[in-house]
Amino acid sequence: MVVSIIAALLMQQVPEENVDWDKEFGVEERVRDPETGEFPVDPYTQSNDNAGAKPFSSDSLAREFGEQEGIRRIADRLVEVSKEDPRISEIFVSHDMVRLKRTLFEQFCYILNAGCDYTGRDMKTAHTDMGLRKADLNALVENLQFVMREQGIAFAAQNRLLSKLAPMSYDLIER
Amino acid sequence: MTVIWKTAATLGALTFSAAAQAEDFAWFEGDKLVLTNGVSTIEGASGGGLASWATIAGRELENGVGISGHATIVELSDYGWQSHGVSVGIANRVELSYARQNFDTRDVGAALRIGKGYKLNQDVYSAKVRLFGDLVYGDPLVPQVSVGVQHKRNLDGPIAALVGAGSDEGTDYTLSATKLFLSHSVLASATVRLTNANQNGLLGFGNASGKGKSVEFEGSLAYQLSRRFVLGAEYRTKPDNLGLGEEDWFDLFAAYAVTDNVTVTGAYVDLGSIATFENQRGTFLSAQIAF
Ligand code: HEM
Repeated sequence: MVVSIIAALLMQQVPEENVDWDKEFGVEERVRDPETGEFPVDPYTQSNDNAGAKPFSSDSLAREFGEQEGIRRIADRLVEVSKEDPRISEIFVSHDMVRLKRTLFEQFCYILNAGCDYTGRDMKTAHTDMGLRKADLNALVENLQFVMREQGIAFAAQNRLLSKLAPMSYDLIER
Repeated sequence: MTVIWKTAATLGALTFSAAAQAEDFAWFEGDKLVLTNGVSTIEGASGGGLASWATIAGRELENGVGISGHATIVELSDYGWQSHGVSVGIANRVELSYARQNFDTRDVGAALRIGKGYKLNQDVYSAKVRLFGDLVYGDPLVPQVSVGVQHKRNLDGPIAALVGAGSDEGTDYTLSATKLFLSHSVLASATVRLTNANQNGLLGFGNASGKGKSVEFEGSLAYQLSRRFVLGAEYRTKPDNLGLGEEDWFDLFAAYAVTDNVTVTGAYVDLGSIATFENQRGTFLSAQIAF
């Protein structure tokens, strides 16, 4: 028995050098779009409804947030800060941060009525199988508050953006 | 009566064992957003100071256990109040708390011939269960709703009997709804309380002719100035079972989270007439530490 196993092992061919294991196992290689720098995602229907909240009807908040430029800074910083936050950093590993920065910006910009359309996926689809808990959501909210404070956004205005995001909780957390 | 405590204990144990099964079960992890555990009320349950809220004490979430402790002093025109206590929060679902209240009658004690500086003492054992809803998240029009029970044991039965109370122990039932309306940075809370406590129970419960419980209301309205700073007002109605002209309570408060774990609350309180001594106004100071 032992002898035959050893024999079988010895008889095995040495694997060839440059085998494309991804291809052998049917793993699709992810290639960033040369133009956008993003990985492709499964097809979905684009709609502003995917943003998960109705936009403010007035554009006064957009001004408080510094229009698109200010909103982009907040979205970028939120992703940067959260990626480095030991409480939740693991969740972001292997996800496309280039796309996340863009879609988050679009979502905030759309909701704040700063002149964008949201082209990302809906909140439920975007966060399935992440096993998010309220503690993760609280960590993200704290990071967003930190970033908004950093950008000098008045507290009442911060809360108005949060008031649009808070109701999405049941689409994000499993329980 | 004991049925309620068995139910509370069973609920606490069930909630605890459910939470303990979570992979990432945590003792005192501190996952709640700052201030969303409320501050300890004079009865020990979490709330705004005088009024109970639907909040659950401790900074835990569904996968953990939290704890908080507090001490409160109130300086009134003729009396001094001191209370302290501990609360345990289980899975942001069940709150169990204990508070001890010490009420110094000072010169009034002499006037009432019970002795100058005579202290009325009371133990309050409470349980609260969050039924549904979330203070911050979910449907903006669905508040966090909790039911509570507070069992009060007055330790000065003879004095309670002297002023005409029917009993030296009583049980209050509360139903609370609390929500943070982010769009306006406003927290609103409303509680209905079924009670026969006289001055919170410090003057006993009901009266000699067997007056039953009545439905009382307590409400808070607060404005969030920053993540850590809240200003608010509270109102609490009370029965007048003893015919001593017991009045409603009112306060204006400021709560500040010095750190994520320490909250100090200062208030101007108007407790009205207490044992015929009118206009009991003064300052309320409370410190809470929570994990
Ligand atoms: C109200 C709270 C939240 C909002 C508004 C939000 C918004 C978004 C948006 C717009 C996207 C992009 C969707 C797309 O790619 O089409 C996204 C994806 C993502 N979100 Fe969130 N999110 C929230 C909470 C969270 C939390 C709490 C976490 C984890 C701590 C998280 C982690 C992620 C990750 C890792 C992705 C990338 C998904 C992928 O690559 O497929 N999100 N989120």
